[in-house]
Amino acid sequence: MGKEATNGGAQKSQLAHTVEQLIAVNPYNPDILPDLENYVNEQVSSQTYNLDANLCLLRLYQFEPERMSTPIVARILVKALMAMPAPDFSLCLFLIPERVQMEDQFKTLIVLSHYLETARFRQFWDEAAKSRHIVEVVSGFEQAIRAYAVHVLSITYQKVPRAILAEAINIEGVSLDKFLEHHVSNYGWVIEKGQGKGQVITLPRTEFNHPELKKNTADSVPLEHVTRIFPILG
Amino acid sequence: MAASYEYEDGGYPQQTDAAGYDPNFVPDSVKSFVVHLYRHIREKNVYEIHQMYESSFQTLSERMFKETPWPSVDAVAPYVDNDHVFCLLYREMWFRHLYARLSPTLRQRIDSWDNYCSLFQVVLHGVVNMQLPNQWLWDMVDEFVYQFQAFCQYRAKMKSKTAEEIALLKQYDQAWNVYGVLNFLQALVEKSTIIQILEREKEGLEEFTATDGYDYNGGSNVLKVLGYFSMIGLLRVHCLLGDYHTGLKCLHPIDITQQGVYTSVIGSHITTIYHYGFANLMLRRYVEAIHEFNKILLYIYKTKQYHQKSPQYEQILKKNEQMYALLAISLSLCPQVKLVEETVNSQLREKYGEKMARMQRYDDEAFALYDELFSYACPKFITPSAPSFEEPLVNYNQDAYRLQLKLFLYEVKQQQLLAGVRTFLKVYSTISLGKLANYMEVDEPTLRTILMTYKHKTHAVDSDGKITSNADVDFYIDEEMIRVVESKPAKKYGDYFLRQIVKLEGIMTDIDRIKLE
Repeated sequence: MGKEATNGGAQKSQLAHTVEQLIAVNPYNPDILPDLENYVNEQVSSQTYNLDANLCLLRLYQFEPERMSTPIVARILVKALMAMPAPDFSLCLFLIPERVQMEDQFKTLIVLSHYLETARFRQFWDEAAKSRHIVEVVSGFEQAIRAYAVHVLSITYQKVPRAILAEAINIEGVSLDKFLEHHVSNYGWVIEKGQGKGQVITLPRTEFNHPELKKNTADSVPLEHVTRIFPILG
Repeated sequence: MAASYEYEDGGYPQQTDAAGYDPNFVPDSVKSFVVHLYRHIREKNVYEIHQMYESSFQTLSERMFKETPWPSVDAVAPYVDNDHVFCLLYREMWFRHLYARLSPTLRQRIDSWDNYCSLFQVVLHGVVNMQLPNQWLWDMVDEFVYQFQAFCQYRAKMKSKTAEEIALLKQYDQAWNVYGVLNFLQALVEKSTIIQILEREKEGLEEFTATDGYDYNGGSNVLKVLGYFSMIGLLRVHCLLGDYHTGLKCLHPIDITQQGVYTSVIGSHITTIYHYGFANLMLRRYVEAIHEFNKILLYIYKTKQYHQKSPQYEQILKKNEQMYALLAISLSLCPQVKLVEETVNSQLREKYGEKMARMQRYDDEAFALYDELFSYACPKFITPSAPSFEEPLVNYNQDAYRLQLKLFLYEVKQQQLLAGVRTFLKVYSTISLGKLANYMEVDEPTLRTILMTYKHKTHAVDSDGKITSNADVDFYIDEEMIRVVESKPAKKYGDYFLRQIVKLEGIMTDIDRIKLE
């Protein structure tokens, strides 16, 4: 899954570092609210993501609604959409008061989330095209959604028709050829000729599209349990 | 941190006067109770403290203080050397009794908060040198969170507030403030270094679970165990706020697959699993929720007879019923009945069998049932922020609950077509997309979205990107063909044999002991 890096090691920014320390020292401190807001903006521009920090901020908004900034909340929600298939979007909504969710921009985001949750990618891309002003503020949006679409396709299909893939990731023609080429050389995709008209893409095997690969963990016994009978075996 | 309040001396608004309650009158039985309890505490006699706390306090309350509060702390103080900490403990019980039997006034709610502040501050400063029963320490954390929740509910009912109450609310805006509550719990966790203690215990460097948290080397268990239970308190508060992810994070240091101090008190055991299960349900990790509900329901089924006389008995039964409702919801969304033990399953069928069958239909009636079960079994969600005091005053005590319910039902609606798919997948091993679309009376593109939704909703993804399958029936699509894989129930022979080996060895030892003449 081409997920964006979650603040990995060396390239962590000064701000990310400071904010994480502030949260570690006291996650229930109203004074860190401005830092958390800056951090959201940084996540938006630097393609990083920190769910814990964002939930911490939503929590502070929940405690002091008068300090809430709706543009920041919108950015958090867009980032949460980008984290799909993780349930982050719902996690955020649980903390946002209903009357705020009634605002147009949030209604749009909720509709977008609904389309993604129910795998209606065509409707999603149509709706997203109409709401560029909300989603395109955040860099890497389209790539992240494509990664989610590829994830859902990968756990569902062994072989997916080209047209279905095209619709899900909203890429066609030459760009799609390039996208496929990239995945063939990097992620083990295989392009074949289908039974009917177009191409069929064989996706890499996982235990989710090849259930026979699922490791049979059911009958393994952890060592701790075996240690219970050591005295007897002796 | 929380400020403490000065209030005029002379006790509480005595609207109980009518019942003939004199806060300054100390009956002999109470005199004897406090004197003995105080002595046992000084002597660190945990067993006797526990007896007095669990049974004498209840008996006296039942016999003498059914409808009135206990005598005021000022009246009993002279019998216990005016001991500061003892008086704080006494008042904590005094308020707990008041909350349980009468309805506290706003003034009393504020005073109780004030008492918790003083008590926790004393504990946090490490000057407490007592050994208290786990039951009592659990009750403190439990009651603290309960009173916070009760305060938020009370405050949110603005319409019925008198001018005097509003003035008090404004004046004491720090009382039961959400920051204060969270910071106390967090401070107890940190000051107790409980997380490090549990870590060290894993490496065999320290004992905590093995001694049930008690300190047999002359130290005090109070801060450590309060810190431990505060992690469960934090889980609960975060669930009340709708922050399930953070709640589970707070509980993380406790390994709930094992026995632990949290299982040493039935109330703490149930509270932990109830909130853990609920949070997992809201995070769509149904298998995890089903596992834990199943385990605790079986445990309650087997042990509830031992708690019949406990003051917590009613609460145990209530949570038991609520968890059956949550199990019914989880299994309706994720029909993995094989995960549920036979006794629990038959109880479940008895209680919810008929409703669960109707919930599978995903019509309006089914949604109404999801609504009903959720509303019955969910935590009492709270709005933590202070009210707007501007006219007109509005009630907002239902807001938080309505939001969580709405979002939950939203999720159910997103899954409504999955039950249909499931029915067909169960009877076919392979079926073409066209044929299934035909049977389900949808077009092929719609069927594809339904199938992908099924996959997405049955595959939970955690924050590390690890995918866990919750699917009871699984499948994959090979171009135009759907191939179904029914997951077979995993038989655990390994564990079975291990247990039999231990059993056999026991029998052989017993036989060896028998001496034949």
